[in-house]
Amino acid sequence: MSSATATIEEFVNKEYQYGFVTDVETDMIPPGLNEDVVRLISAKKKEPAFLLEWRLKAYRHWLTLTEPTWQQAHYPPIDYQAAIYYAAPKPKKTLGSLDEVDPEILKTFDKLGISLNEQKRLSGVAMDAVVDSVSVATTFSTELAKHGVIFCSFSEAVHKHPDLIEKYLGSVVPYTDNFFAALNSAVFSDGSFCYIPKGVRCPMELSTYFRINSANTGQFERTLIVAEEGAYVSYLEGCTAPMRDENQLHAAVVEIVALGRKSEVKYSTVQNWYPGDKNGKGGIYNFVTKRGKCLGESSKISWTQVETGSAITWKYPSVLLLGDNSIGEFYSVALTNNLQQADTGTKMVHVGKNTRSTIISKGISAGRGQNSYRGLVKIAKQATGARNFSQCDSLLVGDRCGAHTFPYIEVKNTSSQVEHEASTSKIGEDQIFYCNQRGISTQDAVSMIVNGFCKEVFRELPMEFAVEAQKLLGVSLEGSVG
Amino acid sequence: MKQPLLEIKDLRAGVEDKAILKGINLTILPGEVHAVMGPNGSGKSTLASILAGREGYEITSGTVQFLGQDLLAMAPEERARAGVFLAFQYPVEIPGVNSTYFLKAALNEVRKHRGLPELDAIDFLQLVKEKMRLLELKEDLLKRPVNEGFSGGEKKRNEIFQMAVLEPALAILDETDSGLDIDALKIVAEGVNKLKRPDTGQLVITHYQRLLDYIIPDYVHVLHNGRIVRTGGKELALELEEKGYDWLIHPAAAAGV
Ligand SMILES: Nc1ncnc2c1ncn2[C@@H]1O[C@H](COP(=O)(O)OP(=O)(O)OP(=O)(O)O)[C@@H](O)[C@H]1O
Ligand SMILES: [Mg+2]
Repeated sequence: MSSATATIEEFVNKEYQYGFVTDVETDMIPPGLNEDVVRLISAKKKEPAFLLEWRLKAYRHWLTLTEPTWQQAHYPPIDYQAAIYYAAPKPKKTLGSLDEVDPEILKTFDKLGISLNEQKRLSGVAMDAVVDSVSVATTFSTELAKHGVIFCSFSEAVHKHPDLIEKYLGSVVPYTDNFFAALNSAVFSDGSFCYIPKGVRCPMELSTYFRINSANTGQFERTLIVAEEGAYVSYLEGCTAPMRDENQLHAAVVEIVALGRKSEVKYSTVQNWYPGDKNGKGGIYNFVTKRGKCLGESSKISWTQVETGSAITWKYPSVLLLGDNSIGEFYSVALTNNLQQADTGTKMVHVGKNTRSTIISKGISAGRGQNSYRGLVKIAKQATGARNFSQCDSLLVGDRCGAHTFPYIEVKNTSSQVEHEASTSKIGEDQIFYCNQRGISTQDAVSMIVNGFCKEVFRELPMEFAVEAQKLLGVSLEGSVG
Repeated sequence: MKQPLLEIKDLRAGVEDKAILKGINLTILPGEVHAVMGPNGSGKSTLASILAGREGYEITSGTVQFLGQDLLAMAPEERARAGVFLAFQYPVEIPGVNSTYFLKAALNEVRKHRGLPELDAIDFLQLVKEKMRLLELKEDLLKRPVNEGFSGGEKKRNEIFQMAVLEPALAILDETDSGLDIDALKIVAEGVNKLKRPDTGQLVITHYQRLLDYIIPDYVHVLHNGRIVRTGGKELALELEEKGYDWLIHPAAAAGV
């Protein structure tokens, strides 16, 4: 075997390093989905009536929908009756503080390299950790409270701030939005809630860590972020899951409301769900609805995502630009390897005057991975002076993978400006050899080229996240150069 | 006798069923400059590629010793770190990878191999500045991705600049002169000469005597159809310039028989 291929083969054999299972007692309900299950979930969480009603409406609506098939992804039909819709780590007692979190779960986070204790001490990142859909620990809440920032699990918010939840839940992503959003609305078990009051610049980055632990469970969490006038928050989301032979469903919903004038929310994701093995066995189906609404004048929502995991990713973080002069941004790196499939992109809907959006999408395909960018830029009639810039670049590693671009543009206002650039490049043997000839190993050459390709996106990530993302890409690359 | 820098013995290689090199013998001692000339397609670049370790060639027989080591057994990056440098006939562009970053990574690999500590940013920049002056290279080239959008001449000059930074034991220049204007040719040749040391060697592939006015070779070899058909001193290049290759390839025809 040639040496370049040999090194690449080492990538192939690099195992997913987060694939352990934590041994904690779990409170699980039997598989299957019907109205009683929805009621049971709501009851277990002692939810107010409005929420149960909402869930039931969502469930009934979901029954009328069929699973979408338009995306560039192929997978066997999902049996929604075989999944378990509620699995919570059984608490030893009610959690009052971090010290009371099940030590096994804390160990899990240690293994993930995100020890909560450490987080608490060192990094100043407040974080909420969600295992199997239930929030297990939220650090820093008290300190944040001093600034009036609310950052807690969704369940806690339902009890402590029902008015806010009732007002904003589903206000950006209604349960009627799509098949998976409807399903999530019916059965979501937890997630994070964040509220930044007027004029407050959140003093630290907020972070949620999602982990699927139990077998056969779907994870359906919801995140809701609301920023008042002049408020700013940077929000991070990370995800991992154990290695399992069967596919697991992750159908989350994230809603962001940039409510007031000059409010700003920056949402960064490093998605590293288990991608399945080399032959495409197992892995997470990541079908997520993420959307933000810029209501305030000059408000801004920015999505940055690094997608390296999951067997199938189906995700379009979007921004509705309603306020005049509001700004939407989407920066994305999506990597597919082996048999991974990603269909991701964004929707920027311009309604307000002089609204601006930027889309930078970097798709990397290796192995037999298939990577699709799907984006919609819509400029409404009243959106005078709206501007969009889109750039979609694809990088192919080897010649068995694929990249596809589906840009849709709908312009109803003639004073607007829409620019689209696209490119496809390939890491060729010549480039690798050139690097080798200068003393640089194939592995370093590949990561150098890939990191160079992604730098416009990495630049948008908070420091520690950028480092993690670079490492992840290195580990996840399993293509063959050719 | 000094230990040879490079010792090629009966090297035969090709692709699939096509033989390209058909028994090359060539020894370079420290301090020597060897020129390789020969018609298009005679195997010059193939020889350079095989010495540098490019994949895709089948080596059917022969040995190559580099400072006493079995060169053919080494991975391309090991050869580079050990001091084999190839200035490419067609340098590739590497979009997204900053030239300075690239060169620093390369230099630190070489230094690691030599047991030297990595250079820090300041010392590195100092070194780069000095070598850029040597090649009269425009500073903004280094801020751009490797070779991206470089003109043909800039690419060639950049190759020699990299060589100046890496200070290899054996430099193989594959038609570095083609694509260079007269002034650039002089600058590059002078650069190459300044890099010459008693313990290093150069293998200079070229079509033109012109380059050899500046880089004075100790030996000139003529490669034809995968074999070295003639070896001489620097005057051989002049003779070739005058008469072409035909008299070497078909001596009878040239003699008018
Ligand atoms: N990878 C390859 N596959 C097929 N043929 C090859 C390959 N590499 C070289 N050759 C052939 O081998 C012969 C020698 O090529 P090479 O590039 O070494 O010639 P050269 O002497 O450098 O020529 P030039 O002066 O034009 O640069 C040519 O006929 C070329 O087509
Ligand atoms: Mg050649």
